[in-house]
Amino acid sequence: MPEPLAWQIATVTGVRPESAEVKSFTLALPAWRPHRAGQHYDVRLTAEDGYQAQRSYSIGSPPSQTGEVEVTIERIPDGEVSPYFHDVLRVGDQVEVRGPIGGYFVWEPALGGPLLLVAGGSGVVPLMAMLRERSAAGDDTPTALLYSSRTLDDVIYREEIDALAVAKDGVGAFQTLTRSQPPDWTGYARRIDREMLSEVLASIGPQPLAYICGPTLLVEAAANGLVELGVPPARVRTERFGPTT
Amino acid sequence: MDDPLMLDANAVAGDLAEMFGFDVSGSVHRCTNCGNQGAVATLLAYVHGPGTVLRCCICHEIVMRWVRTPARIYLDARGAAYMEMGLS
Repeated sequence: MPEPLAWQIATVTGVRPESAEVKSFTLALPAWRPHRAGQHYDVRLTAEDGYQAQRSYSIGSPPSQTGEVEVTIERIPDGEVSPYFHDVLRVGDQVEVRGPIGGYFVWEPALGGPLLLVAGGSGVVPLMAMLRERSAAGDDTPTALLYSSRTLDDVIYREEIDALAVAKDGVGAFQTLTRSQPPDWTGYARRIDREMLSEVLASIGPQPLAYICGPTLLVEAAANGLVELGVPPARVRTERFGPTT
Repeated sequence: MDDPLMLDANAVAGDLAEMFGFDVSGSVHRCTNCGNQGAVATLLAYVHGPGTVLRCCICHEIVMRWVRTPARIYLDARGAAYMEMGLS
């Protein structure tokens, strides 16, 4: 049986902006353990009076990156933890974490496919870990990513996703911008609906292994839509992260 | 079921691991109320109250709930008829 999860002190070794409200933080871990794509770390902040705030953040980096993990965090304006990461934490600072956590919302090439990844906002983070793992393993599972953002500026990992679309290694990237679109936008321009899911499914087949991550209402809509389209519920895995801001 | 505050139990897998000693998010539970069987991670998690409540994704009845104090966790798991956990 694996050892119980222990809290450890991670050191921030890198901070990279991903979009207007999102940054990736590289954390060096003294007790690093290999993770599975889709897992998360818990982060705990303790105030001087002992008050603690705890949140879960998905790992964006693939398991092949050893000794450190990268968590990608959206700044929630009235949040307790994410503003600390965005506004206070600097390279060299330390933060208390435990992980990797989660044995359900995970994918590795042995689980097969075809793989359907549906993301809203920063829900793309654990799915990007799966795409990066797929790529690092040289895996050829037919894969489709459907990614919903508010505006082009909110798209996380934009260059990497654009590169996926042209790499022709079996990954189809579909994007929708729900709030505003640039003049030359060729993707979708509405919230994820059944018709959109149907078109994405057509690219990989009707019985995918589906992972949906994002705001709770988006996840509900996408999961219900896929089941209505005939995807077996047991092949639809969800990770809701709460209300949109 | 369209509650924007609800999460998946996956989000509290760390707290569950603290109680059980290992990760149970992929373990199977059976709902005492409706008999649904599924991964613990498929339970719906409500984390914004003083304690944490996990509800069945089918019948929405409470399966597990717990509160924590600085020194203890109090777990009520009577909504789970049983759990099945791998040993490796």
